[in-house]
Amino acid sequence: MRENLSKWSGGRFTRTLPAVLSILAAFSAWEIFVHMSDISPLVLPAPSRIMDQMVLNRAHLWTNTLPTLQATLLGFTCSLWVAFSFSICIDFLPRLRRALFPIFVISQTLPLVAIAPLVVLWFGFDLTPKILLVALVTFFPMLVALVDGYDATEPEIEALLTSMGASRWTVFRRARLPSAMPYFFAGLRISITYAVVAAIFSEYVGARAGLGIVILNAKNSFRPDLMLAAVVISSLLTLMLFAVTAILQRICLRWRYAGHAP
Amino acid sequence: MNALDLQDIHLTLGGTSILNGVSLHVAPKEFVSILGPSGAGKSTLFRMLTGAVKPDRGNILIKGQPVAKHTRTFAFMPQRDALLPWRRIIDNITLGLEIQGVSRKAARQKALLLLSTFGLKGCEAYYPAQLSGGMRQRAALLRTLIQERPIQLLDEPFGALDALTRVTMQRWLKNRWHQARWTTLLITHDVREAVALSDRIYVLSRRPARVISELTVNTDDTRQQEARLLDILLTQTGDP
Repeated sequence: MRENLSKWSGGRFTRTLPAVLSILAAFSAWEIFVHMSDISPLVLPAPSRIMDQMVLNRAHLWTNTLPTLQATLLGFTCSLWVAFSFSICIDFLPRLRRALFPIFVISQTLPLVAIAPLVVLWFGFDLTPKILLVALVTFFPMLVALVDGYDATEPEIEALLTSMGASRWTVFRRARLPSAMPYFFAGLRISITYAVVAAIFSEYVGARAGLGIVILNAKNSFRPDLMLAAVVISSLLTLMLFAVTAILQRICLRWRYAGHAP
Repeated sequence: MNALDLQDIHLTLGGTSILNGVSLHVAPKEFVSILGPSGAGKSTLFRMLTGAVKPDRGNILIKGQPVAKHTRTFAFMPQRDALLPWRRIIDNITLGLEIQGVSRKAARQKALLLLSTFGLKGCEAYYPAQLSGGMRQRAALLRTLIQERPIQLLDEPFGALDALTRVTMQRWLKNRWHQARWTTLLITHDVREAVALSDRIYVLSRRPARVISELTVNTDDTRQQEARLLDILLTQTGDP
């Protein structure tokens, strides 16, 4: 057991090492470039300066991270529930798919730059427009993932369940829904990264607080170091949410990660 | 009285005539095989029995009675094992019972008693992907038989296995069958499998399928019967 554990962590260490090294190398190159070239920090701040700003403004950054996280999670949760409900309706009424998909596809073609100010105009500076925009961006990928997932069910499994006397709903619950889970998680991983970007952008267009506001204010006061500090926070936020979905997938799709029987 | 009678079954799907007057019967505790070239409509015959498609003409009688709308007569084992990859072996085996409304606990108890007979003792907690092809097939067979339906429908159950595992499984099934004698209808295109396992064999023609030959297996002379069946399959099933 002990041996297995150390082997596992050793394997993980050697797997993550190249990524860590390449990130370190990129930041070092950046740092060295800034120092060698005498470039103004108002144009390109060094990573060390960005770090300093993050530490200096930690309270300010933290209070602005929370609204972004809240908008992301609420918007994404709404989008998940709506996508799940629609996916079930579409699975049971295939005609609905032909009726609704064109609308959903069109909703994906709308440029966020134009839609976001309008939604803020209609719904104000509160949480509602942020939730709507996050949902708008993530809803369709989640719906497609689920609907495609249902369709990926093995026909033989469905024939088997039908032969056992299962109803259409039982077939859905026992076969189609679990078959869609790997697709669902693939969609989840992609959408959660979109969700953070959409939340920040909707704040940027109009909000009282949030990382988008930090970025906007920093831009207006010519503080690229503070802007980049907020950018670093937002990517850390995305990475964290990404990790959460990966862990959830690991737990929910345990059967996929089971090793071979001894 | 026969366990199952098919009388002059005609079936057309999407404009293609699939079954053209198929008649056959299965006696209680009899093992009957349907032998035919690929694409002859053998699997469609099973889909018809499990209620997925309806015949255009002809009668399906179970114990002499016309088949009701949804009968619980047949337990069906599809070509590939069709085990649900997200369910542990034990939960795959109890799937049919759960759908019948048996409680999970009672179903598991029943399954646990049968595991050793099927060489699956100790495998109950594994996922299907963790087991070998032969073990998966035994699990699929147990999932079929545990439902205790009057007639077992096996659709090329060993078709996806490698040659050696297939023969092992055929011998194992033959032994199990001699102890339990489930009424069984087997689809295969493997002549040796049909002769090794069956009491009686029907040979179907190519589409539109009809019965072109019927043979009662005589265990003393399997070689000659295999040769005869192969000859029929190669020369009398119609143009490919």
